[in-house]
Amino acid sequence: MPYQFLDHEADIGIRVWDKTLEKAFAQGGKALFDIMVDIKKVKKVSSVDISCEARDIPALFVEWLNHLITQASIKKMVFRDFKVTSIEPFGYDLYKLKGTASGEKLSPKKHTLKVEPKAATYFGLKYEFKDGNHYLQCVIDV
Amino acid sequence: MTIELKQVSEYIWEIPKSGEMLVPGRIYADAGLIKHLVDDVNKGKEWNALAQIRNVACLPGIQKASLAMADVHPGYGFAIGAIGAFDAETGVISVAGVGFDCNCGVRTLKTQLTRDDIKGKEQELANELYRVIPAGIGSEGKIKLSLSQIDEVLVKGARYAVEHGFGWQEDLTFMEEEGCVKGADPQTVSHEAKERGFQQVGTLGSGNHYLEVQYVSEIFDEKAAQVYGIFPGQVLVSIHCGSRALGHQIGTDYLKTLESASRKYNIPIRERELVCAPFKSEEGQRYFKAINCGINAAFANRQVLGHLTRKAFASALGTGEKTIRTLYDIGHNTAKLEKHKVDGKEKDLIVHRKGATRAFGPGRPEVPAAYRGIGQPVLVGGTMGTASYILHGTEKGMEEVFGTAVHGAGRISSREAAKKRWRGKDIIAELKKDGIIIAGHSLSAVAEEAPGAYKDVTQVVDVVHNAGIAKKVAMSKPLISIKG
Repeated sequence: MPYQFLDHEADIGIRVWDKTLEKAFAQGGKALFDIMVDIKKVKKVSSVDISCEARDIPALFVEWLNHLITQASIKKMVFRDFKVTSIEPFGYDLYKLKGTASGEKLSPKKHTLKVEPKAATYFGLKYEFKDGNHYLQCVIDV
Repeated sequence: MTIELKQVSEYIWEIPKSGEMLVPGRIYADAGLIKHLVDDVNKGKEWNALAQIRNVACLPGIQKASLAMADVHPGYGFAIGAIGAFDAETGVISVAGVGFDCNCGVRTLKTQLTRDDIKGKEQELANELYRVIPAGIGSEGKIKLSLSQIDEVLVKGARYAVEHGFGWQEDLTFMEEEGCVKGADPQTVSHEAKERGFQQVGTLGSGNHYLEVQYVSEIFDEKAAQVYGIFPGQVLVSIHCGSRALGHQIGTDYLKTLESASRKYNIPIRERELVCAPFKSEEGQRYFKAINCGINAAFANRQVLGHLTRKAFASALGTGEKTIRTLYDIGHNTAKLEKHKVDGKEKDLIVHRKGATRAFGPGRPEVPAAYRGIGQPVLVGGTMGTASYILHGTEKGMEEVFGTAVHGAGRISSREAAKKRWRGKDIIAELKKDGIIIAGHSLSAVAEEAPGAYKDVTQVVDVVHNAGIAKKVAMSKPLISIKG
């Protein structure tokens, strides 16, 4: 499981990693929804396209997570599968992301509710590349 | 990391002004509570409250001190239990000082029932509350709004709910700001925020939010209790929740706006979550108007939930709805424009309270007329196994801490550690032995909220009481807790 939860008194820190930046972002999606429900019980029924942008990679990570929270909330869905198709620099201080999130309508009976993530924050935000892996972390307000 | 800390009086510790700090840090605590904060630093814990208090002391326009209450624990940017008051002319406004759950707060209702009156009927009442109060992830409110009607909620706050049959005018009298802050502009709130929020007015949420039936177990101040209408054994209901997804989205949207603003106005930022904008800037004003919308959404939310509680009591116990009155309703995640004395001079300040309750003393016009001789009620939520407190604001609190007090017990264990240590089912069984019924929508959330994951609420409340910044009126103990 290339993500872990970090100790934080009031909220939940997440640390994710993978071989490519895109895959590490996808792990972030999994960690986020693992806070909310038992993601193993979520089926892939439909997908939502996500595109977002930010001025650096760490901020883009927060942006991606917050877009996932917003879309899940508006569409009353919960996601389990994430694919980031591209993360590209655009101009001098902008990165753009394109991806998809797949899941189904949220069902309190079926999905074993945990706690609702309110937002991804810039707190504890880190991005590093070491030993062949991209690592990202931040604190999720719950 | 080392952080210098010195005790300046029996209940006050100070981080002396140094480096980029514009004011000192000042923490209300006792030796035991402060030890925990210091241990975090000594253990090299990166996310610690003292560093967060110090970082806030560096923000432009901060007045007097970067303050923290006895329930302080690490947050994001601002610590939870922190107060940052900034000069309205030269200071800043920050998302981290409000949090993502704008105007999360507590509403307490007082019944005319005693603990004995509901003996043997607790389970029936718990079942009915669980059925009537929408709670947990994905729940929707019973007040049906169209997307365009949400704008009216954002402007009118609790008044909107009253106009639509959820409660009475008297409820508004006993709410902070009478349930509606001025200066809310729905145009500053994104379409996404409204789309997320319009079906959630009158929902409890999840995490640490709850609806609790309690009984008054001890009165500390007879006179104040009489003024507030509280008596021994009385059944109270406390509702802890906020502005739901609408408020979360306001925070998310403006975190980005304020990040750009920090660069535009060249504000030195020591921690990225502390991004902010000058209060008087276009970005700062827009965020302030949006916060006011979030504040009103939370007031409306608690107003609806308060009224649904009456309905549940009526159907489970036959209680007359009119006999359940609002004691008070107060937020603890806000940024508000207030007048305070600084160095003997009255100033307009933008006061951020992140997990801290406004605690205005006697005589302030903001306090309901009926309570003005005593000061406003301060509603302090404990845990589902311990106790809650009602305090009153004091003149000393106005002078020292911008009229502020603690908001709860304050966490001591992380959510992850709590889940490893306790199981939701065991907590429910243990509390049942003590006569407390827990009706939760999520077992893991119950484990995360285990009473042992929190500081001792009595110890925390005693600090502010002994320091004189708020005074104890009554203590209540839980009978039923509905968890999201």
